Amino acid sequence: MAPPADARLQLEAVRLTALYGRRAVVKDVSILFPAHSVTAVIGPSGCGKSTFLRCLNRMHELSEGGWVTGTVLLDGADVYDAGVDPVQLRRRIGMVFQRPTPFPTMTIYDNVAAGLRVNGGRSRGEVDAAVEQALRRAALWDEVKDRLKKSALDLSGGQQQRLCIARALAPEPEVLLLDEPTASLDPAGTQRIEELCHELKHRYTIVIVTHNLQQAGRVSDYTAFFYLGDLVEVGRTEELFTKPAQEQTEAYITGRFG
Amino acid sequence: MTTLVGVLSFVAVLALAVILGYLVVKGASSLDWNFFVKNPVPAGQAGGGVANAIVGTVIIVGVAALIGLPIGIGTGLYLAEYGSGRFGWIVRFVADVLNGTPSIVVGIFAWTWLVRPMGHFSALAGSVALAVLMVPMIARTTEEMVRLVPHSLREAALALGYPRWRTSLRIVARTALAGILTSCLVGIARIAGETAPLLFTALGNLNFSSSILQPMQTLSLQVFTYGTGPFDEWHRLAWAAALVLMGLVLLLSLTARWALRSRHGAAR
Repeated sequence: MAPPADARLQLEAVRLTALYGRRAVVKDVSILFPAHSVTAVIGPSGCGKSTFLRCLNRMHELSEGGWVTGTVLLDGADVYDAGVDPVQLRRRIGMVFQRPTPFPTMTIYDNVAAGLRVNGGRSRGEVDAAVEQALRRAALWDEVKDRLKKSALDLSGGQQQRLCIARALAPEPEVLLLDEPTASLDPAGTQRIEELCHELKHRYTIVIVTHNLQQAGRVSDYTAFFYLGDLVEVGRTEELFTKPAQEQTEAYITGRFG
Repeated sequence: MTTLVGVLSFVAVLALAVILGYLVVKGASSLDWNFFVKNPVPAGQAGGGVANAIVGTVIIVGVAALIGLPIGIGTGLYLAEYGSGRFGWIVRFVADVLNGTPSIVVGIFAWTWLVRPMGHFSALAGSVALAVLMVPMIARTTEEMVRLVPHSLREAALALGYPRWRTSLRIVARTALAGILTSCLVGIARIAGETAPLLFTALGNLNFSSSILQPMQTLSLQVFTYGTGPFDEWHRLAWAAALVLMGLVLLLSLTARWALRSRHGAAR
């Protein structure tokens, strides 16, 4: 059952190519991420899926020699347009990484508030409310509400990753990019994050990179299969997994390579 | 082979132990209240202290730190965060060369460019010379400390919509703070005992002076003056001054080690 379309949250890559110097690692990829859905990006290591993700919030261009051709459209507007400030853009597209990256010198509260404060213009009360809301959405509030002023490093790995999700959610982004968010977590931590994806897609558009096929099957509405920098196939997750159109896709999901 | 390197390390430790022990033997008996609070008395008389040298050391090293630390830390931060290009390479090279420059060479430049134009010796010229010695040291160690901050933290801040400069200051430098403080303390300890560049800048002063535009005494200069002087009383005071100087440097080094060890408790 398709949720109502909300163009504001819609993200689309059009003929996107990502390069390091002269070497293309993502080649001419066009893909639509529908609003209020989870799209999984799968593929073997080195297929360019993480690089592709980093093009969506203009992080790729920060890497040494990294540049991009093609466009990415958020709410119909080109995020690579000359008038777009990448710093402002990244406040609209939250990102969570493979390993939890809490800021070690900050408290739990300050970690979540970090993205709000860098924007400025909010009162203490507003920041308090936004921090609580973000922690609730990341399903961490009940575990940390009594120790908001403690160091973020006191949390377990799984809690730290949910803290990072809360930190990404606090500035009210439209899109959430997750780059193998459970790669360093135990099964219980992984399950919490996957449940979170289901809850969060009602408010955000989510793109999750994973090399865990079961995870892609569990959390996503759509799945995109990347191989050697090409987008081989994209479709509804159950269709892609049960009757893939491309032979390469079938070979990968049945475990014949990768 | 193990025996050989064992013996060699023993010799190294022995040398340090002998120096420390001898300093204590020769100097400790002269350390009394007067030594710390009294100024020198005319040559030949008994008694008196080195209060002028202690205050002078604090002032000269303090002013040097005031000049040198901001420049050194800023340079180190620049090298670690933005110094991957050609300019960074040049700065790094110059810093390394400057790091190996004999301190007396820095002293003669300070003499030429500050003491001569001003027309007289001054503590300020000494501080500037010490600051010049300090900057490359602080810059390179700060760079190393900042580089220890995981790249993933920078990315996390940038992905959150932090501008580059704010990422450097608020996240990266803040995370490396304990390490940067350590490098500052080590840098200060390193210049606190410098003598050569002070000989023709701060010059030394047998009277108390707290004006940075006038010649000023330091513990290292006091050791030099008294140690090479003709009076037994002076020799006694020179040993005591040397002991105090050594203790000061040791204290700074220990504080630096302690600061580095407790770095992970920074947010608690």
